[in-house]
Amino acid sequence: MDAATEAGQTRSDLTPSEAAHAPAPNTPQFTRDEDLHAYHEMLLIRRFEEKAGQLYGMGLIGGFCHLYIGQEAVVIGMQMASIEGDQVITGYRDHGHMLACGMDSKGVMAELTGRRGGYSRGKGGSMHMFSREKQFFGGHGIVGAQVSLGTGLAFSNAYKKNGQVSLTYMGDGAANQGQVYESFNMAQLWKLPVVYVIENNRYAMGTSVARASAQTDFSKRGISFGIPGEQVDGMDVRTVREAAARAIQHARSGEGPYILEMQTYRYRGHSMSDPAKYRTKDEVSKMRDEHDPIEMVRKRLVDMHGVPEAELKATDAKVRETVNDAAEFATHDPEPDPAELWTDILLESRA
Amino acid sequence: MATDILMPALSPTMEEGKLAKWLKNEGDSVKSGDVLAEIETDKATMEVEAIDEGVLAKILVAEGTEGVKVNTPIAIIAAEGEDVSKATASPPKADSQAQAAPTPDMHAEGQAEKPAPSAKTGDDAQKAPAAPATITNKAPAPVMAEFPEGTEMVTMTVREALRDAMAEEMRGDDAVFVMGEEVAEYQGAYKITQGLLQEFGARRVVDTPITEHGFAGIGVGAAFTGLRPIVEFMTFNFAMQAIDHIINSAAKTLYMSGGQLGCPIVFRGPNGAAARVGAQHSHDYSAWYSNVPGLKVIAPYTASDAKGLLKAAIRDPNPIIFLENEILYGQSFPVPKLDDFVLPIGKARIHRPGTDVTIVSFSIGMTYALKAAQALAEQGIEAEVIDLRTLRPMDTDTVVESVKKTGRCVTVEEGFPQSGVGAEIVARLMVDAFDYLDAPVLRVTGKDVPMPYAANLEKLALPNVAEVIEAVKAVCYR
Repeated sequence: MDAATEAGQTRSDLTPSEAAHAPAPNTPQFTRDEDLHAYHEMLLIRRFEEKAGQLYGMGLIGGFCHLYIGQEAVVIGMQMASIEGDQVITGYRDHGHMLACGMDSKGVMAELTGRRGGYSRGKGGSMHMFSREKQFFGGHGIVGAQVSLGTGLAFSNAYKKNGQVSLTYMGDGAANQGQVYESFNMAQLWKLPVVYVIENNRYAMGTSVARASAQTDFSKRGISFGIPGEQVDGMDVRTVREAAARAIQHARSGEGPYILEMQTYRYRGHSMSDPAKYRTKDEVSKMRDEHDPIEMVRKRLVDMHGVPEAELKATDAKVRETVNDAAEFATHDPEPDPAELWTDILLESRA
Repeated sequence: MATDILMPALSPTMEEGKLAKWLKNEGDSVKSGDVLAEIETDKATMEVEAIDEGVLAKILVAEGTEGVKVNTPIAIIAAEGEDVSKATASPPKADSQAQAAPTPDMHAEGQAEKPAPSAKTGDDAQKAPAAPATITNKAPAPVMAEFPEGTEMVTMTVREALRDAMAEEMRGDDAVFVMGEEVAEYQGAYKITQGLLQEFGARRVVDTPITEHGFAGIGVGAAFTGLRPIVEFMTFNFAMQAIDHIINSAAKTLYMSGGQLGCPIVFRGPNGAAARVGAQHSHDYSAWYSNVPGLKVIAPYTASDAKGLLKAAIRDPNPIIFLENEILYGQSFPVPKLDDFVLPIGKARIHRPGTDVTIVSFSIGMTYALKAAQALAEQGIEAEVIDLRTLRPMDTDTVVESVKKTGRCVTVEEGFPQSGVGAEIVARLMVDAFDYLDAPVLRVTGKDVPMPYAANLEKLALPNVAEVIEAVKAVCYR
């Protein structure tokens, strides 16, 4: 392909389809409480990630740190359609998923700073946190690996006939990995209760979808296996929840896997060291200004539900306090005891 | 001109089989391609076809005969009109095991620079199959009692022992299931899962598509939720496609989760060289997996250890690499007849006590070690042979205690020399037994080359008994 043509196509493909983001006449509506809930949950992720970015800049967080800012509606909409017991597993851009699953912001932040009060006692870091209690299975650093693992969670659900569904997230980059298709095949073959959520934020690191994917409609990636899929406006928490409910119902009822392509956008770089050369500032600010998932809910709360500004400000303050407490804890909690180096390598045998 | 029909080999490692049924009678006319008979091994069944046109003159091996050696004439086809009564089978060729022993190379590295020792060709090379050296598996006198004295022993193959171990654990725990390629309806590519589908059904004996990466990940995910998968790889060579999940997902998650998320899973299958299957099907991964914290690595030799350790592996809450060996599958050993025979992981076994030198090995390496020990005994050198059984955690104590007694040590493995299991043992002895050593520890290993296909080259690439003997003599200054 001619490089210039390719680049041109890429550029035009990047412009968000207005159809996908303009409020469609049949856009599902949220009640006041639902919008308030979504607002709080998304804002918590947003503020948490902003704080993590700050702590990274201060040298308190090391290594890799991938922020979820801009994509909040995806995981919150999904969680609003799931029930207790459903499992969540994702890749490395995972802090939002942890908070959405109900994991404690102090424990997550302290893991980011590598402290003993972190979810993995400081031994996992940004990409490796888990909570059996909240059914959050990581936090995986090898792109695409979580897809086979998440399919395994679904295998277990089917084996135990427990009625639970595995919500397996991946990015548009992971969607090109071979094991994703191995997993699709087995999930459909065995009718496993799994919903594959492809968070298409348009860039795998710095490579745009159009430069990496022969088929950029990710909802079609399951066609050869007979897996239904749909493209969803991942910036609108209402459309996310509606599609999620459909997909989860499909999986839970024994009909097998379902693919949801969430069209979303990350405002920040891939990680903290991002050259920001692969997209324009205009593209980012256009998404922020016109499609911000949190602003959309806030506007609805004021305009449609008549929520007083003061109430929203109180929510903002509460979220800030939660995040500040988390940061405070994460900066003062001690590092792990040196003896922790040698723990958690093997479990004691029962035999 | 009469033609002999020979007992065929179903696989490069088959040595004998059962003549299950004759489909033609003496005197029947046959043409090329007609099915004459059916033969069976514990692994598979196969039809014997006529290779020539003529009359089935004589059946030499009656149907139902067990233990018919490969290449034994089983029938004679005579040409049309030939006097059938005169047709007689040519005597089977002597199955000479004699093989020129390549000069043992004590210095494992640098073999590439040396000319390959010349091996005999001709009859030896023509001989099919290239069966590995086999030894008489006498009941080992266990130095450490691992079952009550007087326990009844039953003779069974490693294959049967592995199957029984899985079946027993599956009976005891519904969370245990087996998945892999051809484990169910085909009854196992090497018949290790024979009968499991019939007993436990398709829910617990799961045929997978040919997708090692994917099903290894599915197994690990299932283990995260408390199931106890046994993931069979048709060979560990194919587990290369899945090694990311074995190491990054299975071995590391407990640590990365601060102890929250264990992974009780067994990855098992044949490892290392079989016979004449080439470089991509012959790799020995013992050293690779034994390098990784978070895994336990088991590589048994006897059927008894295979059973007791596989049962322990299935019960263990950690990810286990269980390295089997195709050539050992058909070998028989005494196994204690106990309702629940479980062995401790991480304990070596002194297979043969001795005083003059310690030979440390595992898995099929034990066949060379024991044969060498027998030959050495005839020359007045009493070798103590230690079967590591588990490579990680490695039972250094048993090795060190033995070396304290003998002062000399040789390691034997089929894997490559660099960074091998032997290299690890040498390093540990340098630290823990330096003052007791009367000679440098020598390693006998596979050669530092990809496994060749040609029979003579393959033989040269693998370690052999003569190399072990030579190494032992060298450390004994004999």
